[in-house]
Amino acid sequence: MSQSYDRGLVEDFGRWREFSAGMWAWVLHKFTGWVLIGYLFTHVAVLSTAVYGSSIYTETIRELESLLVVRFLEVGLLAVAVFHILNGVRLLFVDLGMGLDAQDKSFYASLVLTGGIVVASIPTFLGGQV
Amino acid sequence: MSTQLPESERPDADGESTGTSTAQQGRLERKRAGTAERQAREESETAGEVETVPLEVYRYDPDVEGKRRPRFDTFHVPLEQGMTVLDALIYARDEFDPSLTFRHSCRQAICGSDALFINGEQRLGCQAQIADLDHPVKVEPLPHQAVEKDLVVDMEHFYEQMRSVEPYFQGGASEADAAGEEQLQSRENREKIKMSTRCIWCGACQSSCNIAAGDNKYLGPAAINKAYRFAMDEREGEDVKDHRMNVLEQEHGVWRCQTQFSCTDVCPKDIPLTEHIQELKREAVKDNLRFW
Repeated sequence: MSQSYDRGLVEDFGRWREFSAGMWAWVLHKFTGWVLIGYLFTHVAVLSTAVYGSSIYTETIRELESLLVVRFLEVGLLAVAVFHILNGVRLLFVDLGMGLDAQDKSFYASLVLTGGIVVASIPTFLGGQV
Repeated sequence: MSTQLPESERPDADGESTGTSTAQQGRLERKRAGTAERQAREESETAGEVETVPLEVYRYDPDVEGKRRPRFDTFHVPLEQGMTVLDALIYARDEFDPSLTFRHSCRQAICGSDALFINGEQRLGCQAQIADLDHPVKVEPLPHQAVEKDLVVDMEHFYEQMRSVEPYFQGGASEADAAGEEQLQSRENREKIKMSTRCIWCGACQSSCNIAAGDNKYLGPAAINKAYRFAMDEREGEDVKDHRMNVLEQEHGVWRCQTQFSCTDVCPKDIPLTEHIQELKREAVKDNLRFW
């Protein structure tokens, strides 16, 4: 038998322009999931400063909140979390076999809703401490 | 003697023969007109007026020195109304390069031989209209399968997955089966499995599935759909269904599906694959739920 040629996985993410709604939903759900897991570690690290006393904890939070970068990251975190939640609800319906014909529309709806919520949150987050 | 035609009908026979000669004349006239038309077309072709479609085709041949490294060849195929990608490939093979290799058979989306990667999507060559596609039309072999030559991929793994779900009717639910008689199915049940019976084993879904690409043990959409077709058939006995669910509930069975909907998007027979996989997932959960 003659040899064959393995094209491997090269074409997979190289052709992201051709991804359909379901594929994008999957990619974003994975991505936001990993970001949330990553955030969990920093979250625990910040919370654990409370072990050394309440004033140190308050000080840490204040200092972090005073940094503009942190406030921007918080907006990002909200975007990631909201999308993950909304798409998670969408996946719940998919698992229940409901509205599978509208799976692309529900993905776009969750994107739009995420955008709306994030924009609405910007004044609060970027405004810093009240 | 009695079988001979009566004398009175003879003139009729004569009339018929004159009829044939006029029909013959008509045919000859049409033939002449056709020749003239063809000549006119050939003249316009030589004048370079004919519209062509650029066809970029993936080429690879381990047995030919210059083709061991995959490359793309461009063929300019004269466009015809209603031309499919398969038609264009056949033209390119017959007129330009007889070594161009691809599978095809029925040309009407029944045999499932010519699933190709056309302009970045798994489609049947015989179903993809050139008029619907952006130019140049890029034709590649199905992704995630080893390429044997040009557009021909190794389908053995796909067939193995299909066979692993025992894709045949096993019966055992009714007395008719025990008596060796015809086993009837209710209308409702037939409707339920109708779409799943449409599968033509072309492998487009398997090739589009990102998960199947990374996990060779995953049954894949086509095999799961095949299992659905029989597991949901009311004429199969409980023990047969249990056996089928046992195969599907494995780690690399239905649970590998992550609802990308890629298979459903590309299926040339419009089978709602994801829907079927999700239904089998629910069946699997119901099978394993215990409230004590």
